[in-house]
Amino acid sequence: MSDITKQSLSELVENIKSKKLSSSEVTKAFVERSEKSKELNAYITEDYTNALNKAKKFDEKPNLDLKLPGIPMAVKDLFCTRDLRTTAGSKILNNFVPTYESTVTQNIWNEGAILMGKLNCDEFAMGSSNETSFFGNVQNPIDKNLVPGGSSGGSSSAVAAQLTPITIGTDTGGSIRQPASFTGTVGLKPTYGSCSRYGIVAFASSLDQAGPMAQNVKDCALLQEVISTYDEKDSTSIDFKRNEYSKELTKDIKGKKIGIPKEYRVDGMPKEIEDLWKKGIEYAKDCGAEIIDISLPHTNYALPTYYIVAPAEASSNLARYDGVKYGFRAEGENLIDMYEKTRSEGFGAEVQRRIMIGTYVLSSGYYDAYYLKAQKVRKLIKNDFDDAYKKVDAILTPSTPSSAFKIGEKTNDPVSMYLNDIFTVPVNLAGLPGISIPAGHDGKGYPLGLQIIGKAFDEQNILNIAYAMEEKINFKNNINDWWIK
Amino acid sequence: MSKNKSEYLINRHDNQYEVVIGLEVHAQVTSQSKLFSTSATKFGAEPNTQVSLVDAALPGMLPVINEYCVKQAIKTGIGLKAKINKRSVFDRKNYFYADLPQGYQISQFKDPIVGEGKVILDMPDGQKEVGIERLHLEQDAGKSIHDLDPKNTFVDLNRSGVALMEIVSKPDLRSPDEVNAYIKKLRSIMRYLGTCDGNMQEGSLRADVNVSVRKKGSKEFGTRCEIKNVNSIKFMQMAIEYEANRQVDLIEDGQMIDQETRLFDTKKNETRSMRSKEDAHDYRYFPDPDLLPLEVSDDFIENLKSEIPELPDEKKKRFIEKFKLSPYEANILVSDIETSNYFENVIKKSDVKLATNWIIGELFAALNEKNLEITESPISAGNLSKLINLIKDGTISGKIAKTVFEQMMEGDKDPKKIVEEKGLKQESDPKALEALIDKVIDDNRDKATEYKSGKVKLFGFFVGQVMKVSGGKANPQLVNEILKKKL
Repeated sequence: MSDITKQSLSELVENIKSKKLSSSEVTKAFVERSEKSKELNAYITEDYTNALNKAKKFDEKPNLDLKLPGIPMAVKDLFCTRDLRTTAGSKILNNFVPTYESTVTQNIWNEGAILMGKLNCDEFAMGSSNETSFFGNVQNPIDKNLVPGGSSGGSSSAVAAQLTPITIGTDTGGSIRQPASFTGTVGLKPTYGSCSRYGIVAFASSLDQAGPMAQNVKDCALLQEVISTYDEKDSTSIDFKRNEYSKELTKDIKGKKIGIPKEYRVDGMPKEIEDLWKKGIEYAKDCGAEIIDISLPHTNYALPTYYIVAPAEASSNLARYDGVKYGFRAEGENLIDMYEKTRSEGFGAEVQRRIMIGTYVLSSGYYDAYYLKAQKVRKLIKNDFDDAYKKVDAILTPSTPSSAFKIGEKTNDPVSMYLNDIFTVPVNLAGLPGISIPAGHDGKGYPLGLQIIGKAFDEQNILNIAYAMEEKINFKNNINDWWIK
Repeated sequence: MSKNKSEYLINRHDNQYEVVIGLEVHAQVTSQSKLFSTSATKFGAEPNTQVSLVDAALPGMLPVINEYCVKQAIKTGIGLKAKINKRSVFDRKNYFYADLPQGYQISQFKDPIVGEGKVILDMPDGQKEVGIERLHLEQDAGKSIHDLDPKNTFVDLNRSGVALMEIVSKPDLRSPDEVNAYIKKLRSIMRYLGTCDGNMQEGSLRADVNVSVRKKGSKEFGTRCEIKNVNSIKFMQMAIEYEANRQVDLIEDGQMIDQETRLFDTKKNETRSMRSKEDAHDYRYFPDPDLLPLEVSDDFIENLKSEIPELPDEKKKRFIEKFKLSPYEANILVSDIETSNYFENVIKKSDVKLATNWIIGELFAALNEKNLEITESPISAGNLSKLINLIKDGTISGKIAKTVFEQMMEGDKDPKKIVEEKGLKQESDPKALEALIDKVIDDNRDKATEYKSGKVKLFGFFVGQVMKVSGGKANPQLVNEILKKKL
């Protein structure tokens, strides 16, 4: 079988289960393609030798009842992996090797998957283009010098370029959905509390959520089924009945009510995006869904709210990287000097910017005006969704206000960069599930995504809608392997 | 203003100053594991052997609340007759220090688990009520060790994450003696509840002391200074005396008092400025997003109420009413749960009055001399009970009992055996005594004649002689009776 890497996860699982392919063959194929794709810079740490050994071991005694039998997979470098360096894309964790495994990755290995390596990402997941990584830019396989989105940019690039059949990312303000949209792939941000945060390097605790990234909706559903478990080690993990999402997946969405929020028609939104949205509405109608206009009146406040809450939490979450216990340390004259040098040299500019913002909004005298007010607005944004869901089953929006931009295009304009999260951020603030599916191309031929937002714990419903629309859209990614010599 | 004889005032020139004190007590929760991790909390373990990934704040580690510690805090709240808050919130207190791995301490700021309560103090001139402002749960930090190496600081994280209760009093205390009584009472209540062992040497109980002074009769509070982390009652009292006098001197000198944090130097017996209000940390408190608000049900609280043992105030009342103890005696016996348990064990099978006297008198003196706690008493409650019964039934005299007691202190021996082995049993056989007395009279014919001729004072001489000849064992009452007849 020559084109192993072109196969979807579901096909690979089927071929391994029916013994048409061995784990070693599959793993070797993805390792070889990954090795030929270094120019994408998708990996921070490769673990190919171990992966091939694990695949061999799997084949010696294959357990074919597992959901991911012998499937090789690279994961975002924000998930702590036992005995394999975990950097969070930062110099400050450049030499950090965990002695423990995140719950989400453990769930994946428990189902038979094999770790190939750790994928690039924005430093501490702070960024929308993967340009803040200490380990350099990631190339979008769609076109040279195009960002793959962020923060899960290594993940989106690797899935789109078929270096890994599937992957996981994390999404704090759009970090799964935006890169999925930029690379023509599928990305699901689950309900807050669906996937355990244990062992994931924290950015903003009340927003962070791990989720699957895949080439299609069915693969996405299968991986979500594997990673979503209740975990006592995460106090914000929620104990609810989880579906077998892939098994219960259906294209029958007849009569589902889909809301179109008028506030998402933002000023200066490119016509291409507007057109994509209109097309999406037609696809949904074709699938038998009912379209209903809705209002989410506080949408305008979501971005500023997010850029108070997330940096506030980050400023505290990142205090532990102080050079005392692990990670990078710069020597100093005394304790304070050591702190200052370690954190000045260890953190990049964007991380430092957010720590400063976060420290500022939590300071006495500013707390009420910023942090407390942001929490109140966050509640209003959540209420907006609660009200909307009295009338509709899901909400359809564009995933991003534009297609992927050039590397370097927005690096000196953080606000323009932040604006990229305008459609994804409200979903995190409200703790809801959202999925981005590829839905078309812009004038340059770059992929564009549509976002389907669901009720809390209603992943099955948005996966079904995405599954139905995916068939109608029939998206094809234009990837010509330009980076392979 | 009360005119208590124990009123503590500082006199300068013609002015009298009252001292106002409030305490923030940090009490380590008695618990096998830490507040948000499963690490052990044993005191004195090798450095960094009781540290989990959570305690060391490794990336991606998350706190999970220890329900037992929550129960302990609520129990303590019940013991302080305080309002239990069904909803409380954990906040992060952000600051950098080498022994604070997370870069923040998880504490409770706006919404503590326990609200207002009170503690009753028994002072020499009557009872005094001290208000409790709040009690909240928080993590302890690790320990920085600066004196092991001239250049480096070592960090021990064994204490990192251990559960503390911060108990904040209202500024109701007015003297070092009241502070002494307050700490002891608080400690006593928590030891009764089993929520804090109160061991100050091991750092299980320490306090920040807020001190201000004001002219007697003034209703306004003066500017206060906070003396950080004082770890013995004696040092607290010394620090308060020094600090109050320092403040009075400043006022008398026409100067202002700066609100500041001070340290007590135990060697020089003085407080020193640590940081001024301007230099105070901005802790940037905010609710910890890794933890949901802590909610407890009415049932949860009611169940804990049913587990609360009889506390010192109630026990004291019962001792006075049931056993007819004086308030003084009751106070001493209930001050410590172990003492009261010992007392109640002794009186199960022996006379209350005698038991009270023997415990408060002989036993306490003996333990004090050997520097032992009641739990380390060489004499078990059962054996003390037997000794008291030997006195009560006339087997031995009170005087002999003291000899027996001394021997019991050397090791927990059965007093009956000591009496038998050493032949200390009181001679109460009239015939044997008669023989003894006959011999004494015979040996002292001349004195007997004098007595009969009216020199009645000599009766004492004869009693003494009989006791001496009997080796102290003759029953004094019978000796009296028989002597009267014989003479």
